[in-house]
Amino acid sequence: MSETTAPAAQGATRAAPPSAAAAGSRSKRGRSLLRPLLLVALLIVLLALPLYVEEFWLRTGFAVFGAIVGAIGLNLLVGNTGQLSLAHAFFLAVGAVSYVYVSGESGGIGVAQLSGLGLPPIVGMIVGVLLAGLAGLLFSPIAARLRGIYLGVASLALVFIGIHVLNAWTSVTGGFNGRSAPEFSLFGFTFGNRDPELYVLGVPFREAERLWYLGLVLAVAAYLFARNLLRSRAGRALQTLRDSEVAASVMGVNVQGYKARIFLVSSMYAGLSGVMYALSIGSIAPESFGLEVSILYLAMIVLGGLGSVNGAVLGALFVSALPLVFQRYAEIIPFVGGQGEGGLAAGEAARYLFGAAIILVILFEPAGLAGIANRITGRGRGRPRGGVTARSPSTDTATSATPSDRPSQGSTT
Amino acid sequence: MTQFLSLLLNGISLGALYALIALGFVIIFKASEVVSFTHGSLLLLGAYSIARLSETIGFLPAVLVGIAITALAAFLVERLIINRLRGAPVISLAIVTIGVDIILLTELVRRIGSDILNVPHPWGGGSVRIGDVGISQNRLIAMIVAAILIALFFAAFKYSNWGVAMRASAEDGETAALMGIRQGRVSALAWVVAGVLAAVAALFLVGSPTPGVTPAAYAVGLRAFPAAILGGLDSTGGALVGGLLIGIAEALAAGYQDQLLFLGRGFSAVVPFIVMIAVLLFRPSGLFGTKELTRV
Repeated sequence: MSETTAPAAQGATRAAPPSAAAAGSRSKRGRSLLRPLLLVALLIVLLALPLYVEEFWLRTGFAVFGAIVGAIGLNLLVGNTGQLSLAHAFFLAVGAVSYVYVSGESGGIGVAQLSGLGLPPIVGMIVGVLLAGLAGLLFSPIAARLRGIYLGVASLALVFIGIHVLNAWTSVTGGFNGRSAPEFSLFGFTFGNRDPELYVLGVPFREAERLWYLGLVLAVAAYLFARNLLRSRAGRALQTLRDSEVAASVMGVNVQGYKARIFLVSSMYAGLSGVMYALSIGSIAPESFGLEVSILYLAMIVLGGLGSVNGAVLGALFVSALPLVFQRYAEIIPFVGGQGEGGLAAGEAARYLFGAAIILVILFEPAGLAGIANRITGRGRGRPRGGVTARSPSTDTATSATPSDRPSQGSTT
Repeated sequence: MTQFLSLLLNGISLGALYALIALGFVIIFKASEVVSFTHGSLLLLGAYSIARLSETIGFLPAVLVGIAITALAAFLVERLIINRLRGAPVISLAIVTIGVDIILLTELVRRIGSDILNVPHPWGGGSVRIGDVGISQNRLIAMIVAAILIALFFAAFKYSNWGVAMRASAEDGETAALMGIRQGRVSALAWVVAGVLAAVAALFLVGSPTPGVTPAAYAVGLRAFPAAILGGLDSTGGALVGGLLIGIAEALAAGYQDQLLFLGRGFSAVVPFIVMIAVLLFRPSGLFGTKELTRV
């Protein structure tokens, strides 16, 4: 069989049997029809979910949407451009604080005198995103000069400086105790429990339901933007830059410029994610933006699969939902118990799992959850999706198999 | 002036401890190209095991066993994980050490809980005066021990077989391997040495003037990162200079915090990172690091 394959392939290319080509394109069309159908089905399920599930899941869902936005942004930077950054928590904090400051009202809580601009929340959200982007842009001259791992450690600095500022700048951030985040509203429609009262099909639409849709819209927009960005000229430039800066600059890619721009985009994502975080928790505090948060975001994209937008979504879902679910179902899950009962606390159990999962993924499946998903569906993409963690390009063979499947004219002789 | 000298002395002793940690960090990088984010929790592991063991087996045995435990942990990380990933990109190696760090840190924090463990240093919490300048005994001993260890380390690095093998494989791994240098062994030994250095640093870092073993020791470990980075990740001399610089800067910021109050309380903890960024702005590969040259 082995000696027949070479002529078979030759025969296929020489004679180019129309039937084979047609079969190939038909199967491709079938596949390309299936995917949008699945996506539409998923979207419908997501849209209908608030009618059926209870509040806990909707709140978890909004937190997950926020994490998805942040993870996609970090993945653009780390997975697609190869710039290791541990500063994501800092950019999240910039977004969250700007939102709370711009949209919050001035006033005193206890001894702390808080100031706020009291502008509409949508303005706060936009300012949050822009300021986070600006912070990224300000950091990018440093980032662009540093290679690889130096950047990873330098970005640590931002997290610690950020925490310090959060603790010290009480009038804006609320200091150590933090401050509460104003409800989101859009053109008079508040995403709170009332005002206006809303019923859809007899189901009361309160804060959780409304936020769910807000999160869904933002996450889908973030997803589509990242997908399109990566498929564009800029996306290819970024990936070349990841694989070899020298090669990229020889090809005419403006290395410094692209690094600065991807820092801008990534930190804007983080800013939006920070705003969503503030909305989901209802308040901000310095402890929410520590190094652990950066590390958790790194865990999301590594587990999901570096360089894959779908992977970032899967990773964010896994990492951000797991502790909440553990917390809720602590009694049912073995080894996880309340703090006083000798079992592991929910957060601890989740962290063990993430740590182990990171090690296992890097050791055995550098393409992460996205890689596993691709393998299950048999949807090889011909191009390794391992991103920066893939050691050697492993070629997936699913797409190129069609012509050699059927023996063509020359092969039987 | 007295205050300044006193702060300077304290800064040097703190810097000597940072230098110990940073040295471990640098030799790990030289030997296995790994930026070890596990170092903070290794430090905490050393402090924790010394504190726990000294309750039962006495101070000195506890120190020895604690150092051995930390070295063993570092060795296991190298053998079980890093060694299997030889040749992987630097970023995934760094991320894998973050994975180890999450597990180790979670376990240690859970064990420590909200307690403050005490290491019963036989030299106690007293302080000595040299002329007008005061320093805690613990820090003075730390400075002396660190100086001895650093001198030993540099001598070994320069003259011993291990040191030569290590420098050779850092220079050109492939050629060194062809000359019969066993890279696996070199890198395992580097991790062990780094573990020992971290545990020794931990022993002194949790003594006076710091209250005892708390999860905060982890953050101290992280402050040694800037020391290694600003000296240059692949320069052992740089780690020493970087450690001292960071230590002095931090001690000065802590001493003059009344004058620096407009920058907020606890500003001294951030100073190492600010110094690092300032240095990196002008020298992207640290003060003594090898500059990366690219030729096309």
